[in-house]
Formats: sequence, C-alpha cells, structure tokens
Amino acid sequence: MDIFRSHVLVCGGTGCTSSESPKIIESFNEELTKAGLEKEVKVVKTGCFGLCEAGPIVIVYPEGSFYSRVKPSDVPEIVNEHLLKGRLVSRLLYKADAQGIETSIENIDFYKKQKRIALKNCGVIDPEKIEEYIALDGYKALGLCLTEYKPQQVIDIIKESGLRGRGGGGFPTGLKWQFCGDEANEQKYVVCNADEGDPGAFMDRSVLEGDPHAVLEAMAIAGYAIGANMGYLYVRAEYPIAVKRMEIAIAQAHELGLLGKGLFGSGFDFNVEIRLGAGAFVCGEEMALIASIEGRRGEPRSKPPFPAQKGLFGKPTIINNVETFANIPQIILNGPAWFASMGTEKSKGTKVFALGGKINNTGLVEIPMGTTLREIIFDIGGGIPEGKKFKAAQTGGPSGGCIPASHLDTHIDYDSLTAIGSMMGSGGLIVMDEDNCMVDVARYFLDFTVDESCGQCSPCRIGTKRMLEILERIVSGQGEEGDIEKLERLAVNIKGSSLCGLGKTAPNPVLSTLKYFRDEYEAHIRDKKCPAGHCKALLSYMIDKKMCVGCGVCAKVCPTNAISGKIKEPFEIDQSKCIKCGVCMSKCKFGAIEKK
Amino acid sequence: MKSLKELEEIRNKALCQIDLRKKGEGIRIVVGMATCGIAAGARPVLSALVEEVSRRKLSNVTVSQTGCIGACRLEPIVEVYSPSSEKVTYVKVSPQMAGRIVAEHIVNGNPVTEFTIGYHEQQQQGR
Amino acid sequence: MISLTIDGVKVTVPDNTTVLEAARAANIRIPTLCYLKGVNAIGACRICLVELIKGGRGLQASCVLPAEDGMEVSTKSKAVMEARRVNLELILSNHDKRCLTCVRNRSCELQQLCDELGVEDVPYDDDNTSHPIDNFSPSIVRDPNKCILCRRCVAVCNNIQKIGAVGAAKRGFNTVIEPVFGKSLNAVPCVNCGQCITACPVGALTEKSEIENVWTALNDPEKHVVVQTAPAVRFGLGEEFGIEPGSSVTGKMAAALRRIGFDKVFDVDFSADLTIMEEGTELIGRIKNGGKLPMITSCSPGWIKYCEHFFPDMLDNLSTCKSPHQMGGAVIKSYYAQKFNIDPKTIYVVSVMPCTAKKFEKERDEMAVNGLRDVDAVLTTRELARMIKQSNIDFKNLPDEDFDRVLGESSGAAVLFGATGGVMEAALRTVADLLTGKDLKDIDYECVRGVDGVKEATLNIGGMDINVAVANGTGSAKRLLEAVRNGKKQYHFIEVMGCPGGCVTGGGQPIVSARDKMDINPYVLRAKATYAEDAGKPKRKSHENEEVKMLYEQFLGEPNSHKAHELLHTRYQKRPKYQQ
Repeated sequence: MDIFRSHVLVCGGTGCTSSESPKIIESFNEELTKAGLEKEVKVVKTGCFGLCEAGPIVIVYPEGSFYSRVKPSDVPEIVNEHLLKGRLVSRLLYKADAQGIETSIENIDFYKKQKRIALKNCGVIDPEKIEEYIALDGYKALGLCLTEYKPQQVIDIIKESGLRGRGGGGFPTGLKWQFCGDEANEQKYVVCNADEGDPGAFMDRSVLEGDPHAVLEAMAIAGYAIGANMGYLYVRAEYPIAVKRMEIAIAQAHELGLLGKGLFGSGFDFNVEIRLGAGAFVCGEEMALIASIEGRRGEPRSKPPFPAQKGLFGKPTIINNVETFANIPQIILNGPAWFASMGTEKSKGTKVFALGGKINNTGLVEIPMGTTLREIIFDIGGGIPEGKKFKAAQTGGPSGGCIPASHLDTHIDYDSLTAIGSMMGSGGLIVMDEDNCMVDVARYFLDFTVDESCGQCSPCRIGTKRMLEILERIVSGQGEEGDIEKLERLAVNIKGSSLCGLGKTAPNPVLSTLKYFRDEYEAHIRDKKCPAGHCKALLSYMIDKKMCVGCGVCAKVCPTNAISGKIKEPFEIDQSKCIKCGVCMSKCKFGAIEKK
Repeated sequence: MKSLKELEEIRNKALCQIDLRKKGEGIRIVVGMATCGIAAGARPVLSALVEEVSRRKLSNVTVSQTGCIGACRLEPIVEVYSPSSEKVTYVKVSPQMAGRIVAEHIVNGNPVTEFTIGYHEQQQQGR
Repeated sequence: MISLTIDGVKVTVPDNTTVLEAARAANIRIPTLCYLKGVNAIGACRICLVELIKGGRGLQASCVLPAEDGMEVSTKSKAVMEARRVNLELILSNHDKRCLTCVRNRSCELQQLCDELGVEDVPYDDDNTSHPIDNFSPSIVRDPNKCILCRRCVAVCNNIQKIGAVGAAKRGFNTVIEPVFGKSLNAVPCVNCGQCITACPVGALTEKSEIENVWTALNDPEKHVVVQTAPAVRFGLGEEFGIEPGSSVTGKMAAALRRIGFDKVFDVDFSADLTIMEEGTELIGRIKNGGKLPMITSCSPGWIKYCEHFFPDMLDNLSTCKSPHQMGGAVIKSYYAQKFNIDPKTIYVVSVMPCTAKKFEKERDEMAVNGLRDVDAVLTTRELARMIKQSNIDFKNLPDEDFDRVLGESSGAAVLFGATGGVMEAALRTVADLLTGKDLKDIDYECVRGVDGVKEATLNIGGMDINVAVANGTGSAKRLLEAVRNGKKQYHFIEVMGCPGGCVTGGGQPIVSARDKMDINPYVLRAKATYAEDAGKPKRKSHENEEVKMLYEQFLGEPNSHKAHELLHTRYQKRPKYQQ
C-alpha cells in the first residue's frame, strides 16, 4: 500500500467541473510525477465542498489549506511551493475579507456555523471509491439494521428522530415508512426522487455527486424497513455527472455484496436501478414521477390512493428525496436522540440550502433547523455584494414565497416558514436586494410554472397562464385597475382547486409578493413606475441638460441611434427609439445620464 | 458482504487513506522543508517519519511539512505539536532518530530529550 | 356499506363508491365535464369539486374521491362555488365561443354547465392556443379550438378501443389532443368508429357532413335519389326529437324520409337478409370444403379497417361479403334499375347509418360495380335528424308508413344486426335450418346476446359442434383475435363489431350526455327495442324473406353465384399504420 503524506482534494462537483477541475486534477498528476512526488502525495477528486462562489476549490491536507479560484495554470506553483517546499501559496488561499488570510477550512466563517450531516462526506471522500465511504463508517448502518434490528425497529428509529421529508413536503418520514410497512406483504418499491427541478437548487445534485453511497445505503435500509427488495433512483437527465457517479457506486456496491442478494448474511435482497427524467419539472411530483417510471405521460393523478398503498406499478411504494435519504445512515448509527437534539421542536435535524442570487458566498450550506435567516444570509452567506440593501429572500423555488427584511429573524423551520407565507421547499434560497423588482420576481417564477405545467387540470393549465398574462401586462406598463384583485381571485382558486402540488403552490410567489410588496404592484399599475428601477418598459433614460457637456460619446455608442445633439450642447434621447440597454449611462463620464 | 466484521476489516484498511483529511485534535509532526532543510537532508527524514507512522497504523497523527523554521544551522528540524503538552522541537534529525521519536514520544508520550533543541543548546554551551 | 352526509343529506352506499356516485344516490347532481361513466374518471376539469367539511384536505374532485364512512361533504359551499365558476371561466377563456355556428349548439355539455352555473364574464386576455382543423378523414372532423381537454376521447380510443389514435401532445397551456406527430386522423390507424365523437362533450369532434351533397342531389331533377336505412337507426333516431330512449320509430322514419323528398325509401334490413343468405352459404361452404376458418363477419367497416391495420394476417378469414348497405346499393343500381327501367347513372343512393366508418367504406375502390359507386352518400342518424328538422317536419306526430317495394321487406333476423351478437344470431338461424334441412323453432340464441366483451358458445347443429364467438369493440376484438392467432382458441365463426355494444351505440347515433349516462345505459335500452321488434315480426329468419327470394330467382340465381360475387362481394388490403 502506498503511504501518502499528503492528500490534495480537488472538487469534482458539477460547478467546479465546468470550471475545468478535471484539467486541474490532470495537471496535478503530471506535476507531481515531474517532481517525483507521486508516491507521497495523493490527488483525490471529491464531491462539492459547498463554497461554490470560490470554486474551483483545492484543499491540501494535513494542513487543511483552502485554495480557491484555482486554475490549471496554478497547479505547478502549488506543487513546487506547497507540496515540495512546504510554503503555502498565499495568493490562492481563500480570503473571507480584505484582512484575513484563511489558511484552513475550519476557520472560514462560511463553514463555522454549518453542521454538515447530509453533506458530511461531500468534499471529504472520493465518491468513486467505495472504500473511502466505508472508512467513514459507510454501510455500517445497513449492517446494523440487517443483523440487529427488526424492520419495525428501524421504522421506530426514524419516527423517533423526527426526520421530515426534505423534498419540500415535510411529511414525517417515519410515518410514511410506517404506512407502507403496514401494507400486506407483496412486491413493494423504494423510490428516490432525484429530479430536483427548482431553479437554483443543487443540494441533491451535490449529494449524488459527492456521496452516492449514502443514498444507496439509505435506500437499502428503507427497503428493509418496509419490505421492499427493489429500488429506483429517478434522476433528472440534466445531471450527467451525478448519473455517472451513481452508476459507478451501484456497480461497486454490487462487487462488495452491499447490494444484491443476501446482504450481510441475512435473507434480505436489494437492487437499485436508475431511471432518467426527460426535462419535466412536474415529474418531481411523486405521482407524475411514478407515471414517468411506468412509461406513461408524466402527469400526476389524484390522491387517495396514496403511493404507500398504491404506487409504482400499483404496488405499495415509498418515495423520498435524496437529502432525506442522506440523513438516514447517520440517524441509525448515532441514534434518533442525536438527530432530535438538533433543530427545533417540530423540525429536527439540519437542512441543506443552496444560496443564490445577490449574496457573496453563493454555494451550498447545511445548518441546523432554527437558524435565523439573518445568520444564514449575513454570517454564513457573507451578506449582500456591493453593500446593497437586503430586500427579500425567496425560499421554496417556484412553489415558495418571499421573506422580507421584517422577518429576517425568523427561525427557519417547516412551520415557521409556512406561517409567514413561504415554505421550506427543497432548499433553494435566492437572495434579493434593492435592485430586484418583486413584481418581476413573481412573473419570473410564474413563467417557469406555466412552462412546466403538465396541462391536465384546468386551473393550473389555463389559470396560471392567465395570471402570467396579467403580470406581463403589469411589468410592461399596461397594468389596469382591478388587475391585483383579478390576480388574487385567480390565485386563491388555483391554489384551492388544482390537482397536484405544482398547481396548488404555483400562485405562492404572487401571493407572498402581494402580501409584503403590494406597493410595488400599485406603483407599476397606477404610476407606471418600477420602484426598483428594473422593469425596462417603465424606465426612461434621460440626459440631465445641466450636467451634459455635449461630448457626444453616448450618441456614438447607442445601438439604435436614439441620441442626438450638437457637440458642446446638451444631447437628447429619443424615447421612442430607446431600447433601455443602459450603455450610454455606463459610458458617460460626467454622470449626466440617469435612469428613472 | 457477509457480516459486519467483514465490513470492519475493509474499514480499517481504508481508514488510513482518509485519516489525513481530518483536521483533528491529534498529534502533528511538522518537518521543516525549506531549501536549507532539504539541503540538510530533511526529505529522507520526512519519508522515514511517514513510514514509521504508517507501519504502526497510528491514527490521529499527521506528518506535514512547512517552510523555513528559522534555525537553519540546526536543520533538519522536526516539531511535534500535541494537544496535551507543549511543543517539542527536535534538531539535526536523521532518519534513524525518526524511529525513536515515533516510538518513544509519539507512541509512549516521552519526548526524546537528547534530540531536542534544549539539550543541544546545553551541550553547545557546556563545551 | 358506507354512510356519509352530503349537503346535509345522509346516504348509505356500497364500498368502493365515489362521492360523485354517492351524491347521485342522494339525488344530488354534482356538475361534471371530464367524467364519463365507465370510460373516464381522472379529476382533470376540477368542476366536480366538493369541500370536505372535516379533515381539512381542501377541495377535492368528487369523481375520483372515494367515499368514506362518516364523511361530511358540501357540494355547494362558497369556496366550491367560487372555484367551480373560476375554473369554468378559465375553460371558456380558451374555447371557441362561436356556439351559433357549432354542430353541438344546444346539445353541448359546456353550454349546459354555463347555463346552470351562470357565467357572466370571461375577463381574460383570450390569448388562445390556435390549431388548424383536421378534416382530412372522410368520417371524422377534429377542431382542437373547441377542445376542452377533458380526455374522454383519449380514454375511449386508448382504454376501450385499444387503438390510441389520439392522445395528449405537448404540455401545459399548449397541450393539444391529436394523433401522433400532429398527423391527420387519416394518416394514423384511426378506424373511423366515431366512439370519440359520442364521447366528446363539445363540438371538437364531429362527423364529416354530407347533408349538403344530399340536398344537392335531392334538388337535382335529373337524379333519382334513393335512401336506405340501417337496422340500428330506427332505435335511436327518436331521441333526437325528445322521444324516450329505447323507442322504435320505424314508421315515422319512413314517413319522414318520404316527406324530405327521396324518390324511394328502402330498408337496409332487406339487404341484411341478403347478406345472411350470402354469408351463411359462404360459411357452410368453408366448413364443408375445408375453407379458411374461423370465418369472421365483415359488415362493420370500423372492424375491417382495424383488421387491415392490426391483423393483416387474418384478412383471409374475413367473409368476402360486402356490408348490407353496400350490397343494397349494388342491387339498387342493377336489379332495381333494370326492373323499373331507370338509368343507373342517374340513381343517387343515400345510406342512413348509425356509423361514421361507413363514410369511409363507401369510398373504398372495391365498393363500385361497372364504374358506379354502390353508395353515393352516407348520413349518420344525427345528420338525418338535422335534415328532418331542416325540412320543417313535425317528426313526433307523423303517422307510421312502410318502406317501398322491392327492397323494403325484412325479417326479424335482419333487425338484430344493430345489436352486438345480432349478425351471429341471424346467421345461425339460417345456417341451422340449412344444415338440418328443418324449420327450427328454437331460434333465440341468448348465448350471443349482451355486452360482455367476448361471448363464446358451442352449438350443436345438425350433429356438428360449431364454435362461435362474438366480440364488440376493437378492444375486445383484439383479445379474441390474439387468442385465435396464438392457436389458443378454435372457432368456426366469429362476429366482430367495431363499436362497443354494436351499431345501436355506434359512432353515428344520437349522443347521450355524460349526465344522462350516469342514469341510463343507451345500449341496454336500444338493444331491448331491437330484440322486441325482432320478436314481434311474423318472419324471423332471413331465408323467409320473399323479396330476397325474388331477387335470387329473377336476378342473382343463387347465393354465391358468379353474379352474386360480382355485385355483392369484396376484397381487403393490408394497411400501413402510419402515412406521411
């Protein structure tokens, strides 16, 4: 066995991969061989570290030096300075702010407040090596269940832990397993919902890419608990790296007898097959997902009957989200009390959030339930860039709502978010600042929903479209008195009468922005103004005649020749030709052009 | 996989591969690997330490390198940081001395006094 | 049993009842749009919503909600009414609202809902999906702009007929119900059975109208326009005039046709008896001479096209007989023309059928003799009703009249053609007499009556065991024929009707609304009238028909003669499923 004195961990998540991390790895291998260090230094491709804003990330152990924004051309320097001579390459070390030069991962603010449970192994192990997963207690939970617990005991452990579905529904996982376990003995199924369709969400992707075995182990544990010997992993096809890692993981697990027949010497068999999605957000809804696996058109059907009674192929089925599964092995190993000791009274454990939008530290964070929004955004997320003012945070993607500054101290958990008009959702958290127009945000999410609606039931198929038409009129300056009332009437009824969760939650972004930012809607409709200065149709670029020196630069750069005037005299913008691109304002050295 | 015991075996074998990545509360052995150190022969010392730690399957012990520690005439220098006691600096370390350091200090908790910088200075003054 | 309370009314129902059905049992009619009993229950339109007073699960679709003991349901709470109204407005906002020019004006289920709920305004931008009308099929016209996406047609074609010529394409607001790749119906294996038309609540699916062609012929002084009516028409036509379903209006029908202006009013029942003569002889011939068995009936053009697409290996099993009305047309333009000295080129034959597939059938190349088409126009029962109204006739109060000679007499066996199992029973009556040489008295073959998907029987006739089977609807036909193909079953004679229930519930018959279908079964009522009419006829066997006997004596010679083959028999072709 090679004895390595140093491990170089390179992030191989999708984000860093698209920033050339495979080339970084290649370069490391080349340079290490050149320096004769290939037997001492091990290069490891891991899953997502979470601090995506700083990627590609390279962490060198044992020092734990956290190099960020690494390029393949930086590699020779890291090898020759750090690995050969022991001198850290400080220009590449992650800097949280101007002063601090962080040298190791534990000291970074971004990680200090996190509690990584679902993400425990992400960024630590090589996801394509099953031995590394095993080294960190992998598959021990499965072994325990099969050799020491009866199925009902496993269900009881999950019930006691208080784990709730992490896909957005928040349904108590133990209870779901109980319902299915109670069904008579016949063919049953375990399905892992890895369709992750919310725009901006990539929690599940990182788990699948960085810790694939945790999901497999959990599915096997679930199968044992409810009496199923077959599992399906439904992954969206837009995640090719995740699919590849899962395929490798399944093969490796079979090799070692951790999937297949007679696991751990018991009579329990379990197999997992992968099924790919085909570009439909609605197939993340459990009934549509089932239809998709069955080869039918991805449309949900009414419940009852629920999947626990009649699911995939008409058989009792449990469907759980990737993140829900990722928690299972540790709950078994550490006991339900350990999990229940974290979080709030009704929302136990931690939650992974994907931070996006106007926030400094974009990336993946895992925090105990009950952490306040303020802590997430400012302490962990590093606050709003360019010193802008926080306006709202959107949770739950196209099904969720906006949380304004007045609720920044809300302790995040399932029920507290629903109480203020939003929802936990799968964990996407988009931060918005003063430059975001809340009406346009609602329009953006509704646009998504209209595109993704399956079209089966009339309120969602037609109603969301009509709501979108109203919003599009509003942001283009053609809003009318009565539009808000129309929106509310439609929203309430679409919410109340749609067939599935997509339709039932589609009006949420509109309802919550109306609740907290009604004044913005009214400004758009009555005053034909966008207070955030975002909606192009409601903006005018104007030249301040007092400030304009008549240099003519703006006229030269205007793509539509909308600006005219005589040199040394104030110029003027022809509003009918102006396309509001803003180039003139950016080029004016005299600050004579303003946006109103 | 036929039993938890079989799993445990794989785990133990793989553990040392991973161990390095946990910044734990264990013992850190740091070898000065600046130009002076390398010139004085610090590489073989590093290798010897790594091999010895591995051979003994010591967990929570990391061996890493650092830049110039400062006392260049005393290279190769090895510093040992333990959570429970004060830092110990060994000077003019040779690969053979590495073995005793690991055995007596790291494993048994008794620093090898005659290799330390304090002892060395005393010897020098005593002359 | 389950007890629940709906709108304060307590009702007890059997297990596995939906709230919609439970409400009906309590005399409460929850409005529906996409629900069609026995065909479609998917909770898609969100009109049949109810509110669960306890249990906080919000509004639910009652057509898929299982009734539970102790449930308290409101079908008209404020939330339900408001939601129902909004959903109806939304459906209307994407619908072609030009009712005045629509075929389903006054029989449209959407109109009825608007009338009952009271929609005042449709306050939306009306950015509508816009689709071309598909009228390339000779039988069925698709107008997706009127479609409300209830999926009833999809359910009938996929789940019952097991063909799947139409389905949902694209998604969300852009969803459209259409054949695969947006092809026209005539470029996919649609068999023209028209079950989709009778399932459609609105005017999105209708038959291709030939009314204008018939008026043109009627108004042409040079043309001798002859009409013949199918057996099933007389048991459905009355419904278009408010007469109770399950009534026979034979006499009024003949009277009305005369008043419309047809020169002669003949009965396809006559030709049905003729068909039995030809087909019975053919069957006996095959049995005695080792011909291809099982022999399968060929009077249902929907079934024939289905066979050509999906079971081309069994084309040789089909009887070579034309369907009755095609035989009738051929006989009219030869025997009748000759007998009455009329130039056959001036004869215009109109068939009134309970069927939309016959519109396709009459255009088949084989359905012509000496360059003359057997049949020139096919009208559905519904189209005839229209023409009667256009002729200002007070149908309900007409006196009964009879059909014209020499193609107007029919036996009870012919009447049976309209119900599933009818052709089989008619054939058996004749074949049994022929084989035994006797005039058998026990001629009610109950074993082949009824609407079970596939009926089988073994009959001992003249010392021989004859295995027969009857299938109604192409879905059942598929099951039966796959068993035959796999050698699992051996039959001598099979009757297949393309439509579930047979012609009485064919694609051209009066459309019964989903609401009415919750209470009555049109097949049961119309079939009952069929069997009653048969039982009341003096002659109940095809070979007793005097006019048919005369036709053979004076013209054809004997069944399966050379002349009979020229005029009355046809051939088939393998058809690809998809065309460019």
